[in-house]
Amino acid sequence: MSPLAAVPPREPRSGRQSHPWDVARVRADFPILNRRVRGKPLVYLDSAATAQKPRAVIDAISAYYETGNANVHRGVHALSQEATTAYERVRELAARFLNATSHSEIIFTAGTTAGINLVAQSYGGSVLRPGDEILVSEMEHHSNIIPWHLVAERAGASVRPIPIMDSGGLDLAAFEQLLGPRTRIVAVTHASNVMGAINPINAIAAMAHEAGAVVVVDGAQSVPHLRVDLQAIDCDFFACSGHKLYGPTGVGLLYGKHHLLEAMPPWQGGGGMIREVLIERSSYAPPPERFEAGTPPIAEVMGLGAALDYVMAWDWEALVGYEQGLVAEASRQIGQIPGVRIMGEGADRVSVLSFMLDGIHPHDAGTVLDTLGIAVRAGHHCAQPLMRRFGVNATLRASFGAYNTLEEVEALVAGLDQARKVLLR
Amino acid sequence: MSELDELYQSVILDHNRAPRNFRQLEDATNHAEGRNPLCGDHFDVWLKLDGDVISEAAFLGQGCAISKASASMMTQAVKGKTVEEARALFEKFHGVVTGSGGPAVLPSKLEVFRGVSAFPIRVKCATLSWHAMKQALESTALPTYGHTDIPT
Repeated sequence: MSPLAAVPPREPRSGRQSHPWDVARVRADFPILNRRVRGKPLVYLDSAATAQKPRAVIDAISAYYETGNANVHRGVHALSQEATTAYERVRELAARFLNATSHSEIIFTAGTTAGINLVAQSYGGSVLRPGDEILVSEMEHHSNIIPWHLVAERAGASVRPIPIMDSGGLDLAAFEQLLGPRTRIVAVTHASNVMGAINPINAIAAMAHEAGAVVVVDGAQSVPHLRVDLQAIDCDFFACSGHKLYGPTGVGLLYGKHHLLEAMPPWQGGGGMIREVLIERSSYAPPPERFEAGTPPIAEVMGLGAALDYVMAWDWEALVGYEQGLVAEASRQIGQIPGVRIMGEGADRVSVLSFMLDGIHPHDAGTVLDTLGIAVRAGHHCAQPLMRRFGVNATLRASFGAYNTLEEVEALVAGLDQARKVLLR
Repeated sequence: MSELDELYQSVILDHNRAPRNFRQLEDATNHAEGRNPLCGDHFDVWLKLDGDVISEAAFLGQGCAISKASASMMTQAVKGKTVEEARALFEKFHGVVTGSGGPAVLPSKLEVFRGVSAFPIRVKCATLSWHAMKQALESTALPTYGHTDIPT
């Protein structure tokens, strides 16, 4: 079964017919796309690093500071109540967006990294015993590897790799072999930040649950491209970032199944997460407040709310089809360049593509593209084990968002041609 | 000449394709590894000191055209120099590629790296092996593979 089919886009909310993606209309919502870079129109192909922001998000943050600024969950005054209502509305929105069973399963974090660290420290820290195992796929971003190292070291547990195949897909047969009575946690990405490869989370979760392990999913790269349905994929924890979903930096979402969150100790202590505090001891609020110590990033949550409103109005079937068209065309055209190698070419992918040009270091090609106003990412993409797996030091990565066009794919291909002229002369 | 042509002059591309002194120095007296954790590029630099003079310099590793050509030309440039001269050359080179060195004049061969200053993000590429060379001068221990995460 194709992983894409395993995570079907949900029906458009209004039940309307799917129309072609109106990219011109979407582009008009993003002020930065009018910018010129090095004298050329910006061709932004780095949305996997961070997506650009629509006017609605920028305005929501300004509006909060200009007319609504107050702390949440604190005051009896009108501004504080307004801010609290607006803040909690975003939690409800996020629960609907991800199809959580309840808003209390949604924790606001600083981002995907913070979400995974929270799960590692709080859940991992309380369940891991010496000899236990955490399985981590070879395609993980460092942010879904290092938090496990930190907690494993303390607990005397070990972190073991789930191998991936040359195609870029997870080796599910090897995964099945690795699962055992000592497996406590399986940490996998929903979509690779390097290759775009989509992992079949529901199959992984079913196998892990059979073995008595919980599944922690890095959803940073999937939520902007797939209509994620947490009930369908049935993972136990799911972390994602606002800023890759056209929202602001500094805010993210962590989903956890209610019974797991309920049993977890706080990660950080501070204001807003307590039931009662004595000098000698304290007791804690239920989830999600238990995991939100201190003043949260309120303005960023307002911005994230605007981003969720914005993307939830989209026809996701049209978006997925459009982005898949872009990445397929990019893959086809780049695949024709002599000496090119696409990493994980056989994988079902979100609109993220990594490749290597024979005889050209990705940084040099990236610099040539930059002089043409084309923004791509060059490097190891915080995925050194994956680089090692494919025997490379770095790749060039182009990632496509809702506002990218076929013309931009062509500009990239022309830019790569230019890079070969400059660097292979 | 465009900024791009100035950055990727044919001398740089030539040294990238066919780096000089690209080998391990078996009888090295000094060694260091330069690593750029941001991009994963890394070079080992070996020096052989006869008294106060660098009689041999060599390197191995992986990096972009700028970093590899810079390493290649660095080994050529420091060969025959005294330790103090090599340190002084580091300062001059660093000043020129970061654009903070004022009107410093480099040995003519190294002038090709002046274009790097127009691309601040690439300065670390140009200085990676130079930092390793400077570090190697401090650390005679072999074969300790301590490495230096380079500043700009």
